[in-house]
Amino acid sequence: MNAHIPLLIPLTFLFMALLVPLAGMLNRHLAHLVALAGAVIAFYFSLVGLSIVMDQGPIHYHLAGWQPPLGIEFVLDPLSGFLEVIITGTALFVLIYSRRSVEIEMPDKTIPFYSLTMLMLTGLTGMVITGDLFNLYVFLEISALAGYALIAIGDKRAPFSAFRYLTLGTVGAAFYLLGVAFLFMITGTLNMADISKVIPLVKDTLPAATGLALIILGAGLKMALFPMHAWLPDAYTNASSAATSLIAPIGTKVAAYIMIRVLIIYDFPPVIEVLSWIAAVGIIAGSILAIAQTNLKRMLAYSSVANIGYIALGITLANPLAFIGAMLHILNHALMKAVLFLAAGGVSNKMGTLDITKLRGLPKQMPFTTAAVLIAVFSMVGIPPTGGFFSKVYLIFGAIESETWFFVGVILLSTLLNFVYFFRVIDISFFKPYGTKNGPSEKAFE
Amino acid sequence: MLEIIQGYYAYFFLILLFIIGLYGMMIKRNLMKKVIGMSIIQSTVILFWIVSAFKEGATVTIYDSAVGVGNPDLYINPLPHTLMLTAIVVAVVTLGVSLALIIAIYRNFGTLEEPLLMERTK
Repeated sequence: MNAHIPLLIPLTFLFMALLVPLAGMLNRHLAHLVALAGAVIAFYFSLVGLSIVMDQGPIHYHLAGWQPPLGIEFVLDPLSGFLEVIITGTALFVLIYSRRSVEIEMPDKTIPFYSLTMLMLTGLTGMVITGDLFNLYVFLEISALAGYALIAIGDKRAPFSAFRYLTLGTVGAAFYLLGVAFLFMITGTLNMADISKVIPLVKDTLPAATGLALIILGAGLKMALFPMHAWLPDAYTNASSAATSLIAPIGTKVAAYIMIRVLIIYDFPPVIEVLSWIAAVGIIAGSILAIAQTNLKRMLAYSSVANIGYIALGITLANPLAFIGAMLHILNHALMKAVLFLAAGGVSNKMGTLDITKLRGLPKQMPFTTAAVLIAVFSMVGIPPTGGFFSKVYLIFGAIESETWFFVGVILLSTLLNFVYFFRVIDISFFKPYGTKNGPSEKAFE
Repeated sequence: MLEIIQGYYAYFFLILLFIIGLYGMMIKRNLMKKVIGMSIIQSTVILFWIVSAFKEGATVTIYDSAVGVGNPDLYINPLPHTLMLTAIVVAVVTLGVSLALIIAIYRNFGTLEEPLLMERTK
């Protein structure tokens, strides 16, 4: 069975996506259990897969027995195994949480919600595991289409934000496909391992460079890298809390994974220095925009823009320390953002508001949620014992290693800015007087 | 110059098409027109793959006794065509989802004009 693990992870989700509506027809509550079972099984597979990969090296799986240049190949190497565990693990936690929240927010749409969730996870896990550029595009569109539908289930404005996400996301995927076309024209193959063998010979030709630029543009649109982040805040704010907490931690990370893969294929060309600057601008701009928000979910969404900047910066600095920092930050940010968005969902369901200025008395109302938020906020800011500290330290070491002192300053400055916008939440919820006059609104969730 | 145009006219046409698509998507205010622009971009990419697979004097990839199997240059590479079948399916599904979203938007706000929508979603 171990040899089949690369295939089994996306296949579990695909199978469950079909099983959820069938189980839902029997009993509505079964839908959640089936989805949860899918996440547990896939999480188990990815853990086993990662442990095998760490012991014995990458697992190559040839679909239908066709050898790589002709057939599609699934590769589970340390990088994809690591991301696979993050994706399935986050999905598992979110699905455990989602039962109550889905019941409250969309009582008549539980079955489509879980089915779409499973489809999106099929796409995300497939994107990470595939070794074929066109297959990656197919999985990218599977996850994106399910994601658009998931985001459209939300409040009244959700379809409009989902539409904006759809147009930009589709153009991102079109850019990616155009880039793959250039790569295919110059190398004559779609297998990543094959391309990375051929690319040193054609590195300086125009099609290879154009292909790289287009793929990075497409991946940048999908991962909401700073100037291309316009779709993200609206989409995250207006979607239901379960959908946001599923898409926010892992959706953009997987797009970052495309960028990593392509840069590995190209062996980190020096052109990517430009990307480091874009990422640095994104870190600062995202943090400043987050300070300006009053809606908790919107603030977290802008903070996602800033954090994608960290990851992109770590990747594009192209030295081992910064790369470790980026990988660690993918893990840390997935966990922190999942915690914060899940807590935001709980807050909005219990307090009836997401307005930061109305969060007085949060610790009294929801002590455990506040404790979790506090730990996640410490990690976001980067206070020593928490995970966020270590990824930022690695990023700073990486920037020092490549002697780009400006980026060291950017990371330190953004840490201060992170502190500003998260401290506002803590300040209002802990230290502002909490009386009946300014107490939480009795209004139930709209 | 004339040779470049003669050799690459399909690509110039595709560049034009891509720009028209981008224009429709970014400048037009009506959501329906944005969807049309998006579709044009997707079609451009599909056509780009097909054009890139074209070879002067080659035939379709079906065994022909008159052509034989001695010279692979006499057959077109079939891979881009098969890949684009998948891409066409993806494009159709995207179109379907976007139209469904447009229906939902119209039901919620009664308009598809972006400036009005921006006002009403405030």
